[in-house]
Amino acid sequence: MTKEERLKKRHQAEKRFRFYGLTSIFVALLFVVILVQNIFSKGSSAFKKTVITTEVFFDQELLEIQNGASQEEIMEADFYDIMIENLIKAYPAKDRDEEDELLKLFSGDAEIEIKKAFLNDNNLIGKTITLDLTASDDIDQLHKGNYPRDLPEERRRISDFQLVIYDYFVENKKISKNFNNYFFNNGDSRDPELAGIGGALVGSFYSILICLLLAFPVAVLASIYLEEFAPKNKITDFIEININNLAAVPSIVYGLLALQILLATIQLPRSTPLVAGITLALMTLPRIIIPCRASLKAVPPSIREGALAVGASKFQSVFHHVVPLALPGTLSGTIIGLAQALGETAPLILIGMVAFVVDIPSSPVDPSSSLPVQVYLWSESAERGFVEKTSATIMMLLSFLIVMNFIAVYLRQKFEKRWN
Amino acid sequence: MNIVLIFLITIFSVSLFFYGKSKTKTISIKDNIKLNALPKFYGYYLVLWCSIPALVFLLVWSLFEPVIIKSIIIETAANQGAIFSDKNEANLIYEKIKAIHLGTYFGDIDSILRESALAYSKFINLFTNSKVVLIFAIIIASVIYSLKKIKNNNKARDDVEVILKGLLFVSSLIAILTTLGIIFSLLFESIKFFSVINVFDYLFGTNWSPQRAFVRDASSITAAEFEELKDAFGFIPLIAGTSFIAFIAMLVAVPIGLFSGIYMAEYASIKVRRISKPIIEILAGIPTVVYGFFAALTVGPFFRQVGENLGLTVSSESALAAGLIMGIMIIPYVSSLSDDVINSVPQSLRDGSYAVGATKSETIKQVVIPAALPGIIGSVLLAVSRAIGETMIVVMAAGLAANLTINPLESTTTITTQIVMILVGDQEFDSPKTQSAFALGLTLFIATLILNYIAQRAVKKYREKYD
Repeated sequence: MTKEERLKKRHQAEKRFRFYGLTSIFVALLFVVILVQNIFSKGSSAFKKTVITTEVFFDQELLEIQNGASQEEIMEADFYDIMIENLIKAYPAKDRDEEDELLKLFSGDAEIEIKKAFLNDNNLIGKTITLDLTASDDIDQLHKGNYPRDLPEERRRISDFQLVIYDYFVENKKISKNFNNYFFNNGDSRDPELAGIGGALVGSFYSILICLLLAFPVAVLASIYLEEFAPKNKITDFIEININNLAAVPSIVYGLLALQILLATIQLPRSTPLVAGITLALMTLPRIIIPCRASLKAVPPSIREGALAVGASKFQSVFHHVVPLALPGTLSGTIIGLAQALGETAPLILIGMVAFVVDIPSSPVDPSSSLPVQVYLWSESAERGFVEKTSATIMMLLSFLIVMNFIAVYLRQKFEKRWN
Repeated sequence: MNIVLIFLITIFSVSLFFYGKSKTKTISIKDNIKLNALPKFYGYYLVLWCSIPALVFLLVWSLFEPVIIKSIIIETAANQGAIFSDKNEANLIYEKIKAIHLGTYFGDIDSILRESALAYSKFINLFTNSKVVLIFAIIIASVIYSLKKIKNNNKARDDVEVILKGLLFVSSLIAILTTLGIIFSLLFESIKFFSVINVFDYLFGTNWSPQRAFVRDASSITAAEFEELKDAFGFIPLIAGTSFIAFIAMLVAVPIGLFSGIYMAEYASIKVRRISKPIIEILAGIPTVVYGFFAALTVGPFFRQVGENLGLTVSSESALAAGLIMGIMIIPYVSSLSDDVINSVPQSLRDGSYAVGATKSETIKQVVIPAALPGIIGSVLLAVSRAIGETMIVVMAAGLAANLTINPLESTTTITTQIVMILVGDQEFDSPKTQSAFALGLTLFIATLILNYIAQRAVKKYREKYD
């Protein structure tokens, strides 16, 4: 091999090496794009729900209440007959079987929706109004184009006759898509069209709030001690080793800890945001302490010495000067730690947050779910409608994480002092 | 009740602050003495003395009250003739008694339950009353003590700082308490587990099927049941599955992570670096449940489809899908750490290599990477410990049945998956099945601890070399 050939080969090797590096970065970036695109394309349809425009006539004989009835009277009144009576008029069905199939196209909450309309205006007796009633999950998925029509009938959840009704609705412009308020307001449900993340949102909020209240003060105080006051001795070393190890312990181990100590020994209520918050706080604590210490360390000694020189005590130099300067870094570290806690699932599963909770929790000691656990629960469900609900929940979760991370970056860039 | 008490303590403390502040001011004016600290420090001093002992007492009391009451009530119920053969039944009876006390029990109430419920109400009242009395006694005692101190014109600032420093120290002790809590909670149940199952049967058994361990009461096992149990908790398939999935993940994460780390440290312009580094780190910020969902609903079925087209049987919960997605999740751990490590290799080593005519890639391959190797190995080990402790991806995308296999297209299970599967839903405490989850947790904890220790040592040694 001549010198030129060798040189050429070496330069080719150089190019190849660069190419590998670039490809690796590209693959990693590509995956972010694929993941986000996949979730968004599946999930964005969940923010709309299919409704069937139906005329509802409030017949006094069926309702047995008067115009101007009080709230309690309406709540107690039976709207079932009214619902049946009006829904079967939505399509000219010929017999009972056809009527049954027609009724199945509406959600299980049609009766409640009609009742709500009457609650809004209690002078509707004898009148006819048009209501947008939520469609069943099958129709919803069909209308959104997520459900194949061309399968043979026995493999479809929708019968041929229901397809005929659906086409009739489409032709007469009786079917449309509205904003899906149920997705944000409702708790969990077995019916995908009625299931929402309201309960999970509240549960996550309480858990993270408790986590913040417990972890932030303890983390800040502990970092101040370790950075500013701790003598160099074995106890301090031992604490530091502990913190570093805890930050690397798998999250599921914290679930086992919570199960044994918080649930079995102290007997706190299962499945509640209170236990979730404490568990997440224990888990997040070392992860907050590490950035907190880094930001305290970044404050130059001249600040401390300046304060000490004019007669401040060690405490005053730390709390009046060092801590305020380190605060932006501390806060942004805390927010990033909380963002991790918000997405944490495994320990919450172990403390029983996988329970099926329909009600929206009203306090941190009510059984509840949380956003990531809701993702896990729905992804195990067989119904097609839950796929888009799961993806939409992930979209909500990811947007919260993005917002939190942006706040953290903003805090750091805007308020943190550079010392060189 | 506790909230009312905390509220009272707060109000009391705040008013004491103003009292202490004005009191010392008037003393200093009236008696014309120079105070040893600013008046507000006397206020703080009173606040700390008023609140901390009372709050600590309240916390400790609240932690132990339910446990103590429960053991007393179960004992009284037993004395009155209630029969329960194990802890579960005792718990059930205790819950009933509690529900009767709260008026939310609608079943049949016999005389034993009624008597016990009365006893329960009595004890609850007794405990609550004594709690309130004791707290007020504590507050009064500590306030009298601190008031006496400030009348003597103590160095209030120094005293406050000593107390606060103690508070700081206690906060940093919580890390140790957490570690102790983890070790005790894992050890406690694991010891019970290993008293039934031989450690060697666990460590070297090749069959994992805890659902066979239906025995409720560990103390009364027949010989046949024991043989059955002995064979149900073999750890080998789990560690095999865990390592296998982690290995697939590392096959993805190490090349991609390492090459992107090298590219970003050595080749990328500042602009490219500034954009691509945070985007790659997004991968580490995405919750693992999202990866699990993606692996289970998109990647798994996709692989099965591809396999069908190629004429292969691919399980929809294949180790390949779980490992691949886990690898992608781990990329940033490898890339960021190796980027840092490579950046801290001194420039003089590179310059030396360029000076003898090496190209950039030759310098990287033959000088920079060997120099950075301990650090890179450390970062890879940290990534491995992430992979074996990762839960949601494998729970959602890997299989449930323990399966000794090295075919990546088949399904396998992992330690974390089994912990979740055993503990999800209602558990019977004191059954070997539930305890086995804690034994698995202990094994996992020890394994990650060892990996982290080695990794941290490697990185530290490496840092020291070039500092």
